Amino acid sequence: MFPFNFEWIWDAGHLVFMGGLWYALTILGLGLTYCIIKAAYDSFKGQGADHH
Amino acid sequence: MDSALIPKGVKRCPTWQFLLWIGAVSGVLLWGVLAMILVYFKGLNQTNMNNAYGFALWIWADLAIIALGGGAFFTGFLRYIVGKDELKNIVNFAVLVGFYCYVSALMILGFDIGQPLRGWFIFWHANVHSMLTEVAFCLSAYLGVLAIEYLPLILENRQIDKVPFFHNMSHNMHEIMAVFAATGAFLSFFHQGSLGGVPGVLFARPFGFREGVFVWPWTFFLFTWSAAACGPCFTILITKITETAARKKLVKDNVIELLAKISGWMLATYITAKIIDTIYWAVVTAPSKGFNFLDFYSNNSGSWYGLWILIAEIGLCGIVPAAILITDKGRKTPATLWLAVILAVVGVCLNRWVMVLQVLAIPVLSFQSWNLYFPSWQEVATTLLPVALGIISISISYRYLPIFPQELELNPPDSPPAEQVAEEPAEASEGEMEPAEA
Repeated sequence: MFPFNFEWIWDAGHLVFMGGLWYALTILGLGLTYCIIKAAYDSFKGQGADHH
Repeated sequence: MDSALIPKGVKRCPTWQFLLWIGAVSGVLLWGVLAMILVYFKGLNQTNMNNAYGFALWIWADLAIIALGGGAFFTGFLRYIVGKDELKNIVNFAVLVGFYCYVSALMILGFDIGQPLRGWFIFWHANVHSMLTEVAFCLSAYLGVLAIEYLPLILENRQIDKVPFFHNMSHNMHEIMAVFAATGAFLSFFHQGSLGGVPGVLFARPFGFREGVFVWPWTFFLFTWSAAACGPCFTILITKITETAARKKLVKDNVIELLAKISGWMLATYITAKIIDTIYWAVVTAPSKGFNFLDFYSNNSGSWYGLWILIAEIGLCGIVPAAILITDKGRKTPATLWLAVILAVVGVCLNRWVMVLQVLAIPVLSFQSWNLYFPSWQEVATTLLPVALGIISISISYRYLPIFPQELELNPPDSPPAEQVAEEPAEASEGEMEPAEA
């Protein structure tokens, strides 16, 4: 649910629930995006990680 | 036949033997698929759920599986946030077990909601006053976290790792794994808790109802606590079962003992809190709602819900495993370690059964009688379906992925295969499998 949906209400319940969900999803999305972009960059540059 | 996919230097059973094992477990899987098709096409009339049992075997299985899958978040928390470095040797397997636990839980929820095509309604038309909405949010998001934690393991497969992009991707994911682990711990804390909050807020069901702090009943905290205590026990149990099946040691004793020790102290503190909660509920909360303690444990046919269940949950499956795991001798003796982890796993499953099904069985009005329930074969088969799927997936992962970083050290090859030596002489001389730290 987003704030532009008709059932959205600006109250604490919606802010906490939906805010928490989008906060977590944003962290995961940004983290994964960083990994993908850096992997593509490193591969393009020919740099490889030697170990994990 | 598939040796090119198997991690370097480790031994696996012949392909025919592996396929035979997968085929045997697939029998259970197919039985579950048949029941699943019946449930999807004919509806929830295939179950023995009724007006008294809107929550039944599936919800119990969900809660139990989620508690057992708690080993992933708690081990990840200890490894990445607390900094228990030794646990890097078991955290891969904890993630693997946790991932399939959560896949199973969501699969069972898919059966239970009756209209799976409308499953997305809970996200789009969320009821923000419901504990279950919070559970759905965190459960789905945490499955995403586990998938992210599992992905580097897949990318470390011997063949996939040869592709530079995947190799770098896996490396990068390890680098920031603490961020994912912290997010996972945050999500787990809330959904484990909210699952406990569901019976705790049932004002009209005095067996489940508890007082608490702000909007959270005490069961909220007890569920999170018990998952953190018993989840690692399940990880140890599955590790031991895998070692038995593979007939070799996969994790060093000091790693298992550390996890068992932490789990033991978590269990000891949890069971202390649970005893205090039970006494307060029996003496104060239930009487304030017009019930005596023994009303909840008597006058039901066959004594399905006698006092034995409370004694089994708290005494046999709570105090006993905690007492074993907090002692050095108890953890170091294989027989008592096995006993303790099995009892802890049974205990948390029993707790979830009590908090889901006994709550619904007990009459709350004077003219009502006990509601007893027995699941239909379709419910049993669909509950075993994800278990079979988990066994198959873990077997495949163990065969093809570097799940156990200490495996090669604990089981050094007698003589490396000639083709491997010829292929990569420098790496073969190292004699150690590259550790995966996710």
